[in-house]
Amino acid sequence: MKQFIGFLKKEFLHIFRDPRTMMIIFLLPIVQLLLFGKVINTDIQNSRIAILYQSHDNTTREITSKLVSSGYFVLGEELMPGDDVEDVFRKGKVKMVVTFGPEFEKSLERDGKAEVQLLADASDPNTARILTNYASGIINDYVKKEKLQNLQLPNQINTEVRMLYNEGLKSVYMFVPGIMAMILMLISAMMTSISISKEKELGTMEVLLASPLKPIQIVLGKVTPYLLLSFINALTIILIGVFIFGVPIKGSFVFLMAESFLFIMMALSLGILISTIAPNQMVAMFISVLALMLPTILLSGFMFPIENMPLPLRIISHAMPPRWFIVIIKNIMLKGTGILFVWKETLILMFMTFVFIALSIKNFKIRLE
Amino acid sequence: MNQQVPVITVRNLVKKFGSFVANDHLNFDVYQGEIFGFLGANGAGKTTAMKILCGLSSPTSGEAKVAGFDIYKETEKVKRNIGYMSQKFSLYEDLTVAENIRFFSGVYGISPSDRKEKQQKLLKDLGLESAKDSLIGSLPLGWKQKLAFSVAIFHDPKIVFLDEPTGGVDPITRRKFWDLIYEASDRGITVFVTTHYMDEAEYCNRVSIMNAGRIEALDTPENLKKQYSAKNMDEVFLKIARNTE
Repeated sequence: MKQFIGFLKKEFLHIFRDPRTMMIIFLLPIVQLLLFGKVINTDIQNSRIAILYQSHDNTTREITSKLVSSGYFVLGEELMPGDDVEDVFRKGKVKMVVTFGPEFEKSLERDGKAEVQLLADASDPNTARILTNYASGIINDYVKKEKLQNLQLPNQINTEVRMLYNEGLKSVYMFVPGIMAMILMLISAMMTSISISKEKELGTMEVLLASPLKPIQIVLGKVTPYLLLSFINALTIILIGVFIFGVPIKGSFVFLMAESFLFIMMALSLGILISTIAPNQMVAMFISVLALMLPTILLSGFMFPIENMPLPLRIISHAMPPRWFIVIIKNIMLKGTGILFVWKETLILMFMTFVFIALSIKNFKIRLE
Repeated sequence: MNQQVPVITVRNLVKKFGSFVANDHLNFDVYQGEIFGFLGANGAGKTTAMKILCGLSSPTSGEAKVAGFDIYKETEKVKRNIGYMSQKFSLYEDLTVAENIRFFSGVYGISPSDRKEKQQKLLKDLGLESAKDSLIGSLPLGWKQKLAFSVAIFHDPKIVFLDEPTGGVDPITRRKFWDLIYEASDRGITVFVTTHYMDEAEYCNRVSIMNAGRIEALDTPENLKKQYSAKNMDEVFLKIARNTE
């Protein structure tokens, strides 16, 4: 035990003395989270739109003010019939043009029908889709509530839409689990593999192996500090998510931390596996970035929905540990589910951990053989 | 030197990597307190043999005892009784001198009070008292090597294995390094050293010369020079290499 504590002290000294390691461990998670949460924001706010009135009446004015007061849109320009709509788009002044048809109010009251055209700048297709959805939602809502109540229309079906688990469609709900997976992968897997292969590269590993320390003690000694630091990071990310971005934790906090712990263990064993393959720090880092970070970002469903991927990539995504972790985290945080609903994902992570450890031991034996 | 007490005995030691035979039936004894030179060209198999004796690798067949313990069954005890210094000299560059000593003392279970006492003496002997709290990375190579050696024998092992310890240093530093080896030998520590510097071979009590996985010659430097009627060890080495080609 004394040996082990001595080993941990040494590991922490390595970590605290290396500014790069310190930055990755303590600064990166916070910067990433703030970046994704604040800057790279896919939520729509204050988009500039233009209104083209083919008829000026109370209804069109009210709809306009509804659009603007929603917070999603800002009125950029008012166009008159005959103005060149494309010109406005080309100048990049607005993202969407709302055109009210002629005799808007009259035809609405007479026939229960009126025409609105939404022209959106689809050079950014996602934004265009979201803008038009929001706008038509607001317009329909208004017309239904304010205008059609007076008219007796037969057999109407009202669809009511609610976005469960993320009513505000906030993208940060998506990013918090994703970043957590990414950071834990980075610190647990990459930093451990680098730190072990560093000992190999510098020749100190041989000295350790020739000492009375058992290989298992060496590995545990190398891994434990990163386990602690990863755990602290998981906690930090969750706290920032909750207190700064208002992401809820509907499920059990203890269960959430237990699943994070499992994921960290998985990543650590992956890190050990990488270090049994990599002869030096450069290779370890290369494998980590190429084999871990990129797939974590691209294939885990964190940025791009897995359902939309072509079949081969969808199959590969099954082998990505973060994919399962993100599902678990979202379930616990947003839906408040317990183990009953994520036992499959949990078992998959456990199985992966087991496989990585088994492979590491096998590789290690071959090397010593 | 006590010719009667062998601390390393090796019998018919074989190590194969696939079909390549790195160590071909090695047989030798190393006696307590002697400086045993393990010579050979690169790839002759000396590092492989040394790793087996240190418990870093296991042999394909044959027997070996180190410090009286069987290398198959008593690896633990073997490791407690040896020190090891690899050719990439092996202290942590981002730790200070004192921190390195503390870490390795801990690994070998030396008590803190013993450590402090020995550390003081060691730094005084090396003239490095002022460098106690300097990072190893900031020290010149010669100092690093001296320290690495001193740390390798800090726990008073029976045998210390040195794997090409003087690679890449100038002859004067090398000579000073050998003074340390002599001191250790005087304290009764057996020194097992691999090298390919032939001038260093002259400093050893006995040398073995390996070629293509086999030990071709084993004797004191004087006897070897007589036997091969050579002026120096360099010639001995060349003659052996030529004979076996």
